[in-house]
This record gives sequence, structure tokens and C-alpha cells, in this order.
Amino acid sequence: MLDGAFMLFVQQLLNGLLDGVYYLLIALGLSLIFSLGGVVNLAHGAFFAVGAYLTVAISPYVGFSGALVMSPLAVALLGVLIERFMLRRFYRSDPILSLLLTFGLAMVAEQGLRWIFGAAPLSYSMPTALRGQIFLGSFVYSYYRTILLGVAILCVVALWLLLNKTSFGRVVRAGVQNPDMVGALGISLQPYMTAVAAIGIGLAGLAGVLLAPIYAVHPAMGQEIITPAFVVCVIGGLGSFWGVVVAALLVGLVKGFMVAIDMSAFSIAAIYLMMLVILLVRPRGLFGERIQRFE
Amino acid sequence: MAKLIDTTRRGLVRGAGAAALLTGVGMPAIVRAQADAVRIGHLTPRTGFLGPLGEYAVMAVDLAVEEINAAGGVMGRKLEAIKEDSVNPQTASTKAERMVERDKVAALVGEISSASCLTISQVAERSKTLFVNTGGNSDSLRGKDCKRYMFHVESQNTTYVKTAGQALKARGLITGKKVYSLTADYAFGHDLTAVAKKFLAANGATLVSDDLVPTDASDFSSYLLKIRAAAPDLVISNLAGNQITNFLKQYAEFGLTHAVAGFGFDTALAWAAGKDNFAGIWPVMWHHLIDAPSSKAFVAAFTKKYGKPPENQAWGDYVAVKALAQSMNEIKSADSAKIIEHWEKGAKFDALHKREAYFRASDHQLIHEAYAIEALKPAEVKNQWDLFKSSDPVPGPNESLEAIFTQGDEIVCKF
Repeated sequence: MLDGAFMLFVQQLLNGLLDGVYYLLIALGLSLIFSLGGVVNLAHGAFFAVGAYLTVAISPYVGFSGALVMSPLAVALLGVLIERFMLRRFYRSDPILSLLLTFGLAMVAEQGLRWIFGAAPLSYSMPTALRGQIFLGSFVYSYYRTILLGVAILCVVALWLLLNKTSFGRVVRAGVQNPDMVGALGISLQPYMTAVAAIGIGLAGLAGVLLAPIYAVHPAMGQEIITPAFVVCVIGGLGSFWGVVVAALLVGLVKGFMVAIDMSAFSIAAIYLMMLVILLVRPRGLFGERIQRFE
Repeated sequence: MAKLIDTTRRGLVRGAGAAALLTGVGMPAIVRAQADAVRIGHLTPRTGFLGPLGEYAVMAVDLAVEEINAAGGVMGRKLEAIKEDSVNPQTASTKAERMVERDKVAALVGEISSASCLTISQVAERSKTLFVNTGGNSDSLRGKDCKRYMFHVESQNTTYVKTAGQALKARGLITGKKVYSLTADYAFGHDLTAVAKKFLAANGATLVSDDLVPTDASDFSSYLLKIRAAAPDLVISNLAGNQITNFLKQYAEFGLTHAVAGFGFDTALAWAAGKDNFAGIWPVMWHHLIDAPSSKAFVAAFTKKYGKPPENQAWGDYVAVKALAQSMNEIKSADSAKIIEHWEKGAKFDALHKREAYFRASDHQLIHEAYAIEALKPAEVKNQWDLFKSSDPVPGPNESLEAIFTQGDEIVCKF
């Protein structure tokens, strides 16, 4: 019995870690856009919702796999347009302005979804081929979530390689640390910023596609995910890729732990408490680097 | 190159706070009223997690007003509905007050949130304006918080629990069985779970666990693992809104096979879950497949106007507006006190069921038939709306309609 209870506990912790992965896709883009552009993108959740709605809209024609490719690309394109015509104007201005802009964008997007698709949640089911469970002894896991996990890991690895092993990544990292120096070297950060917005926002769209089969697709779904994603960014610390990764897993772990010990009512509150404690001890977050211009 | 960015690390923390703020902002929709019309004020949440249901309520009110005016209006005058997003209990009360003071509405109609019902009922009582609650379920609104000026078309948690409970008991899922429940961690969930526990205990079921689920939780995987380990005979949802859809989708995803049921429900959530995920037995006060002429006419008119069938929240607001107009025409007065007197005397209404409904004088609850619906297997489903089969009306034709409502000692209302 104790053994059974222990196994369940272990399973809960593992499940919690995996739960954190969903936040990761949102939080990575959020962190990237803030690090380079200094824009707190409150509309990030809205892009997540748009990704999910697009999936529901185009799946009947292109299937889930088609949507998995096309929706994030479409959302990334939307991100490029918004960066080009809106965000770009605010890199130099008071951050409160970009905060207001993206806050407004989030509301427009949510209301737009309500307008086009109705306020009622939309029906969307997992494709039959992805249904089923995986059993390992007393462990059980949904087959679909292992795929989700695979895609998320792939994204994290690809993004890390892009940022750390390419010349593109070198410029971006330099831009995060010292944009003026990058400018002095004759490199314009503008196209990089556009690319980073496309990647970050595209990732949010991808998360929307991946979660549409298991979450309710409704206009306010972006709002629901943006707050925990911010918490992940804050806990992880700015400018730290792995900080965000560790924070996302930590948030999932704490949530799973609280449910496992029959304290589910406090599972969300515990995340905020954790953020508070971490910020008191480490004001820059877990792995936040000292970035001169943010101090 | 000039400094590209001028911001602080704290901007991100501020962002987190602003993100949380996003949830609380609503938009007013103010509609100017005509001078000679009879006005009713409609308040319901149109944004936030109850927004999807509120939208159905608004559609139903528009349809009802249209039909009433097409049939000659109220006492020869046009009926007009002033509709606003109630947002939260404080805003609901402010807007209710404005509707009464400035717009001179004859009655207030609406709501889904029990907390907002309470604040509106205080305005109603103070200003002696009739308020018809169409969506607040809490027992206390009909109990210790009952008001002379508040009537309830929507039924209370006790009724929902008894309706689903009887169907579950008849299937042998209650007596002597192990039950696991998930409860939404706010007033509605707590109220519902208290009634559910009473029912389970009285009928010999063992509640092995009751997990409180935070309202902003959308992932149920950790709960599902616990449920699987506990191996109950029945899983009960005391959840609300999109959480029910999330729960059903993920329950199917994890392939759990324990019987599922719920004590609180809205059809829109089943539609959102879809035929592959919708499962279990649920209580509804009305649904779009009821075989009664007036119900069919309502479903046909609604579907014609909006391109989709009405959800059970649409029923409540439609019936409330229709009952108000009918009574005003019958007694030739839009005076709240006179309508209350008329209703307390047991005026009968067609509430789109087989048997006629009436407001009970003791607690102002609309007494009517209800149904337990059961999910069809995916292969049996013919279209995206008709996902379930319905029980016969509860209570049965020979039973008193009050059998599923609070009875005897359970009625604690004192006006």
C-alpha cells in the first residue's frame, strides 16, 4: 500500500514536470521578446488563442498535422506584421506604452475571436490516431502528451541551438546584453528583432495548436495561460534560457506536488508563493543575468 | 546608435500584474431606451468565464422581446430590454441601480453568478423592483438570503443534485458505492458540494475523496492520476464552466473508464467537449430535445435566428422574459408588487416543459420538470448538437413537481 502510494507520488511529480512543459512554449517566446525588445508582450496569450482557433478552423481541411505546421506559421506572420507596424515604434519609449499597446491588442484579439467564432467554446477533438494511453507498470500516460512533450523538447533544443550555435544567435545574445555596442559594430538589430518576434509569437501559436485537443477552445484561453507564463519568466530570470526552462518545470512540479499531497486548492496559490519567495531571495530570478540596461 | 531600449527588469514583474488585470476588465454596452416602452433591465456576465453562457442568455432575451413585440407587446406598449454585462457582483449592483433609477425599468432579469444575484437582489429589495434570477444556483439565495422581490427561474443546487442523483441511484451507482468528486474552489462549487455530500451520505455512498480545484486550473492530469489510483465506482464533477469541458476532454484522453456524472452542467460545455469526449450523466432543467410543442417552437425560432440550437441558459432568460410579459398583460400592470402578488397566488406558466410550471410562494422558486441526460456513444451521435439522450421528465407524471426541490425543513426562506 505504501509502495502504491509512493509510486503514485512519484508519478504525480513526473506528471507535474511534464505539465510545466506547456508553459515553457509560451514563456520562452515571452522571455525572448522582452530580453531583446524590452517589450512586455501582454498579447502573447492572445497569439496562443489565435493558434488554437486557427487549428479548429483549418483542421477540417488540412488535418491536425497540417494545422500543426500552418497555424504556427500563420501566427508567426501575424507576429511579424504586429512587430513591423506596432511594437517597433515602442522599443525606445517608456515601457508603460508598450504595456498599454499589448494590453489593448490582447483585448482586441479576444473580442475579435468572440466576434468571429462566438463566445461559446468551440468543439475540438483529438485525431483518432493520436488517442490512447501508454502503460509502464503502474504508470499511465496519455499517448498524445508524449507527442506534445516530444514537440516541446524539439523546440527547446532547436531554439537553444539557434541562439548559441549560429551567427544569428550571437547577434541576438549580444543585442540582449548591449544593443548600443551591436549598433556601433554596424549591425542593425531591427531585422533580428523581427525574427525574434516571429519565433516567439510562432511558439505561442504552436502551443495553441498543441493544447487545442485537450483544453477547451474559448476566447479567454489566452488570458488563462498568460499569467502563469509570466510567472515562469519572472522565476526563471531575464536573459536566461535555461532559467525559463527550469522555472517552467518547477512551476509544474509544485502544482503536481500540491495535488499529490491533497492540497489541490492551493496548487495555483503555491506557484505565486514560490515566485514571491524566489524574488525575495534572488530579485533577478533563479538564473537571471545582470543586464546593464535593465538595472 | 541610440539606446535601443529604456526599461527595467521590474517591467516584467509589472507585466505579470497587468496580465492578471486583463481578467477583470469588461466592456459596458449601454443602450438608450425609448420613452413610452415598458423596459426591463437584463444583467448577465458577458465576459469572463461565464461569458459564453451569458451570450446565450442575451440571444434568448432578444428573441423573447422580438416575439412579444410581434404579438402586440405589453399592455399595448413596446417591450424593451436594456442589456448590460454584469462583470462582477459590485458592477452588477451599480448597473442594477442605474437601470432602476435612470432607466426606470419595470423589472430586472438575468444573472448566472450567484454572488451577483445577491447584490442585485439587494438593489431590488431596496428599490422594490422585481428581480427574476435566471442562472444563479446557490441554495442560500432561496434560503437565508431569499428576498420578497427576487424570484428564481433557475433551479437551485439541491434540485440539480436530486435530479442527477435519482438517475444515478436508479443505475446502482450510489448506494454502497465509492464516489470521487472534483469541486470548483469558489462559492458555487462549495455550495454544490455541500448539497452533494448530503445526498451521497443519505443514500449510502462513500465519498473517498473530494478535491478542490482552483478556478484558474485547466490541466486535470494530476487529478486523473489520483482518480485512477483510487479506483472509484463513480466520478462526480462539481465543476463549472470551461473546467467541465477541460475535464471531459482530458478524462477521455487518459482513457479512464469509471462512470462519470456531474451535479452542475450546461449544454454548451458538452458541445465544446464534442462527441468523442462527452461522457456521463448530468442534470439539466431544460434541453433542446424536449418533446413539448412550446419547447420545439422555441428551439426552431432560436435556431432560425442564430443558426444553432439554444443552450439551457437561453431557456432561463427566455422563460423569465416571457413570464413577465404574460403576467403584465394578464394583470394589466407592470408594477412589481402586483406581479409578485399574482405570482405568489400560483400563476401558471408554460416553461417549455410538458407540465405547467409555477412560482412557489414560500421561496419564490419556479417549480417545474427537470431531466437527467446521458451521453450517447460516439457512434450513435448524428450531429454536433444532439450528443445525449434524455430521461423522462423528473419527477414522474404521478409525482408532485416539488419532489426534486427543497422540501419541508429544507425550505428555510423567511421574507
